[in-house]
Amino acid sequence: MHRVLSYPDAIREALDQEMSRDDSVLVMGQGVDDHKRILGTTRGLLEKFGPQRVFDTPLAEDGMTGVAIGAAMAGLRPIHSHIRMDFVLLAMNQLVNMAAKMSHMYSGALCVPMVVRSLIGKSWGQGAQHSQSIYPMLMNVPGLKIVAPTTPYDAKGALIQAIRDNNPVLMIEHRLLYYQRGYVPEESYTIPFGKGRVLAEGTDVTLVGVSHMAIECLRAHRYLREVGIRAEVIDPVSLNPLDMDCIFKSATKTGKLIVVDNAWTPCGAGAEIIARIAENRMLSAIECRRMGFAFVPCPTTPTLEALFYPSAHKIATEAYAMLRPGSPAWEPTTRLDVEEVEFKGPF
Amino acid sequence: MTNNKLKLTAQIFRSLYRIRRIEEKITQVYPMDKIKSPVHLSIGQEAVSVGVCEALEPQDVVFGTYRGHAMYLAKGGDLKSMIAELYGKVTGCAKGKGGSMHLIDKDHGVMGTSAIVGTTLPVSVGYALGLRYRESDAIVASFFGDGAVDEGAFHEGINFAALKKVPIIFICENNEYAIHSHHLRRRLADNMCERVRSYGIHARRIDNADVFKIYRFVKKYSMLIRSGQIGPVFIECMTARWREHVGPNEDFDFGYRTRGDIEHCVKNDQVQRLRCLLPGPVADRIIGEVETEIEEAFQFAEDSPFPDGVELFNDLFREA
Ligand SMILES: Cc1ncc(C[n+]2csc(CCOP(=O)(O)OP(=O)(O)O)c2C)c(N)n1
Ligand SMILES: [Mg+2]
Repeated sequence: MHRVLSYPDAIREALDQEMSRDDSVLVMGQGVDDHKRILGTTRGLLEKFGPQRVFDTPLAEDGMTGVAIGAAMAGLRPIHSHIRMDFVLLAMNQLVNMAAKMSHMYSGALCVPMVVRSLIGKSWGQGAQHSQSIYPMLMNVPGLKIVAPTTPYDAKGALIQAIRDNNPVLMIEHRLLYYQRGYVPEESYTIPFGKGRVLAEGTDVTLVGVSHMAIECLRAHRYLREVGIRAEVIDPVSLNPLDMDCIFKSATKTGKLIVVDNAWTPCGAGAEIIARIAENRMLSAIECRRMGFAFVPCPTTPTLEALFYPSAHKIATEAYAMLRPGSPAWEPTTRLDVEEVEFKGPF
Repeated sequence: MTNNKLKLTAQIFRSLYRIRRIEEKITQVYPMDKIKSPVHLSIGQEAVSVGVCEALEPQDVVFGTYRGHAMYLAKGGDLKSMIAELYGKVTGCAKGKGGSMHLIDKDHGVMGTSAIVGTTLPVSVGYALGLRYRESDAIVASFFGDGAVDEGAFHEGINFAALKKVPIIFICENNEYAIHSHHLRRRLADNMCERVRSYGIHARRIDNADVFKIYRFVKKYSMLIRSGQIGPVFIECMTARWREHVGPNEDFDFGYRTRGDIEHCVKNDQVQRLRCLLPGPVADRIIGEVETEIEEAFQFAEDSPFPDGVELFNDLFREA
């Protein structure tokens, strides 16, 4: 029997187990101890570990990031959570100028073992300021690790790895992934950073999807299968470090690559991955495409929001056009059974 | 009541009642999923926006937050455009791109509402700097919640406003909570005005969101600010949010507060208070007019179309 957990429960279990294992682990941030408990991910922690280890903060993102950094320098392992990634923008100064610099700037004299959790919002009119996904900006910063797990299994393993890591780690949790359920072992485990995961095997085209876009790629994989196209779906899991070998291997096999960012495309994960392919002479024959958010702020109205985001439908349509350039255009008919993706695992 | 007093009371009642009923109508419509946008209601807090905006002049401008329906309406923002915006329709004040959290009506001095806490504060100070530079006789009213006072941008902004003596009134709507976090869980003492005074800004707390007290305060100080006699002032309006932080429902069953906690505000409800001050027929006439106006606005939103796809890329930049 493989135990199935939801994505938020997997995160909750990771926090609980690490806090039990190591009393230097703290959970801080707006709302971590209110009745909603960051959508259940901090449920029970206050009761079990007390208010010294689980505490609410004032609305002061940059200052509180500084506090987390200082606490980390003093040997604690704070986990600072943001209910929207948009609020991490207020903490950029401490995150980029301080946390990411400490180890290297002082030649290893200091380190900052902290985790920044951030949720990406989507749909129901989240709009321009509650839907942003700023990992591309942060992929551009040396000294910060970035993970964006898609499956409940990886959410638990990545968070435990992030807590034990001696460096600042940004953990990205997409709001819509909170509905995912999948195999999660009861015992504590880590997943290594810098190892991508093949979520579905195929031979015709490689689809790389970041965070929730990995789900859209899996759906696209199913639509494409109906027209005889075998798409391989890769979830990079961590964005810094990035597992290029996994992507190289798949793209070499298929000869075609679409990277779907859960963000704007310019200077994003797609841009980075495709640049690295372009820099490699051996891979020059691979045909590449980027997909991502429309390059405008996210609108609230559903009709425009649908145009703003990449979807399984758009990814499948794009892949089909790439693979069958001469043939008449095709697009899938949206089907609920296809759209439902649950991770059965185990991996 | 003198004629003038009656007129003012009727005017304030109309605005209070109108906002209350519009937001109540939103709570009725919301479960039908026609408003696909988070709504942060001001039910219970209307007196702050109304007291301030009734005392302002048409040329004055306001900046506010995602909890901005009351401010938008009190300043004269167009009702039909607001409801259409909530419905995501092209006839909305931001053509459906902004939703409930991002209302705008420049013609009536509504300079936008932001969903990132504290962001409009320095921006409103900059706008006031611009007004002073151009020797305008307009002033700025900058609205924010008690949560915004936690943010660095608040302190950086008000410090600069005091330094440059810009024409601005800061209005803190202190409903005691930032989402579910009580203000005394976020700061050691209940001394917001004291802290603001230390920047050299005149500050006053007004209890129970008394609409006349707020109105008189703003009337008096806006004149002094407008004529350049004084720099910024600050009011902390004690109030209560009657509904949940976001959404149409009540939230007294989750343990962070009780119905009893807001009882004093419910007892002091300014909508009921002003209604009782008015002669029956006057109140009834206002109520009738407001109800019709609201029905029409929701019908307008229902009947309006969604924006065309091309709208997605429009207005990213202002063309030359
Ligand atoms: C910078 C920032 N941090 C956190 C949030 C999440 N958030 C949205 S509303 C809110 C509470 C703000 O409380 P307050 O300023 O008192 O306004 P109220 O909602 O009570 O009107 C918080 C924390 C945000 N929108 N922006
Ligand atoms: Mg508040």
